[in-house]
Amino acid sequence: MTTITTPPALGWGAHDTAALIWRSVRRSVRQLDTILLAVMLPVMLLLLFVYVFGGALDTGMDYVDFVVPGIILLTAGYGSANTAVDVATDMTGGIIDRFRSLPIRPTGVLTGHVVASMVRNAVSTALVIGIAFVIGFSPSASALDWVAALGLIALFVLALTWIAVAIGVVASGPEAASGFTFIILFIPYVSSAFVPPDSMPSVLQNIATYNPITPLADTVRGLLLGQPVGDTWQAAVLWCVGIFLVGRVAAGLLFRRSR
Amino acid sequence: MTAPVVVARGLRKSYGDLTVLDGVDLDVAPGGVLALLGPNGAGKTTTVRILATLLKPDAGTAHVAGKDVVTQAADVRASISLTGQFAAVDELLTGVENMRLMARLAHLGSREVRTRSDELLELFDLTDAGRRVVKTYSGGMRRRLDLAVGLLGRPQVVFLDEPTTGLDPRSRNALWDVIRDVVAEGTTVLLTTQYLEEADQLADRIAVIDHGRMIADGTATQLKRAVGSAHVQLVLRDGETERIATDGTVPDVRRILADVERRGVAVDTWEVRSPTLDDVFLTLTGRPAEPTEELVLATQES
Repeated sequence: MTTITTPPALGWGAHDTAALIWRSVRRSVRQLDTILLAVMLPVMLLLLFVYVFGGALDTGMDYVDFVVPGIILLTAGYGSANTAVDVATDMTGGIIDRFRSLPIRPTGVLTGHVVASMVRNAVSTALVIGIAFVIGFSPSASALDWVAALGLIALFVLALTWIAVAIGVVASGPEAASGFTFIILFIPYVSSAFVPPDSMPSVLQNIATYNPITPLADTVRGLLLGQPVGDTWQAAVLWCVGIFLVGRVAAGLLFRRSR
Repeated sequence: MTAPVVVARGLRKSYGDLTVLDGVDLDVAPGGVLALLGPNGAGKTTTVRILATLLKPDAGTAHVAGKDVVTQAADVRASISLTGQFAAVDELLTGVENMRLMARLAHLGSREVRTRSDELLELFDLTDAGRRVVKTYSGGMRRRLDLAVGLLGRPQVVFLDEPTTGLDPRSRNALWDVIRDVVAEGTTVLLTTQYLEEADQLADRIAVIDHGRMIADGTATQLKRAVGSAHVQLVLRDGETERIATDGTVPDVRRILADVERRGVAVDTWEVRSPTLDDVFLTLTGRPAEPTEELVLATQES
């Protein structure tokens, strides 16, 4: 018989979610290579852009200052997308059946992965920003600007992670899910992340204008370089909230349907 | 007779045109071990998944520990554990971490999380391996850990879905020992298997399932008796096999062998054989207990 224990102060829901967050964070610690890749890939692109292409690009400012906000978003995007692989691993192995046959709310498993993604991304974003400083990134942001910029990046990570979770739930396996990370890697190219869109042909310019990465990159860049942000931040936040809602609802529905 | 802990009546399940369960009835008495025996695609896994609340039947009812598996699924989950065909453990955590995580999720008290985990690791001979990441475990160790995880919450009923499929004979024997320990503690067990020997070794009752229907139910001895008595089997030097019925007594076997000698038949090997569950399956279904390709595909779809 199951031992009857008194529920903890915050209830079983919080207790279960805490245990599942612990699990996902542990898994991340055991896969340091994933975090390492999530740092190395953007850093290599950063070096490539700054030292190889940067000299040929006229952005009206030091190219390193222009491109670092874009690289930070790339880091966050790639790191979030990796969650799809973890979720797909759970869904296609036997462990999801075990969670489902426990007296817990099984969606806590997904919450665990999302929180672990936030933690992983905090680490990799911090490392990428640190390396950016080493190669000459010189932001002129106030403490408040930093908080706003990092807050927006965190919101972006949260939103994109939930999309990754939804994709992980429906993916046929971890390999298929990892394809998602590659798609995410290419989205920032046709946006204002690495080059000003007005240097692009008009078709791509239109795509870049409506690419959610554009308002995000513009806002983060404006905040970190101490420039006026205007109302692009509203577009950035709205995009993130929209992506979050779609991802969250889709993940929940697909997860319930997937048994 | 005590009321059964697991009861199913008229379970039906189909996927499109494919009928997987076609009216399954079963009972498991408290503390009993029922083996659900059948080839791939017979409906064993589907039955277990319904009983473990992972799947809803199209028709029929099932109760586990007195609770309805559809309308009282949460209550059922509190009194069962399921060990499936795939080891449901986290590859990236250590054995100990897996145990502690699942103990917490089974809502054990904080001290019991520790004591019960250690106790089960010891029982399943995993104490030393407990500090290692599960990715480094052998198949047999993984299944043992999987089973140990399932027992953390002291479930009243344990479902084992093909617990030894894919294991080497030594690991299989080790797992059988562990399952016997579980049974000795009074836990009710429902296991599925396609190995006739496994059903014979572990179960006190065997239900034979084929094409989603129960085709026989009884003790191993009853099932064997149903297909006839023992026989002397001769493998002749020319490769032919000859079977002569016997009651298995010494004088009778001696008489048969004397008779064979008198006939001057060149015998390579001989043995007295009781009917095996293979014979049972052959008699009941008219075909051996080998999965056909079509049936394998059907299981994968379900």
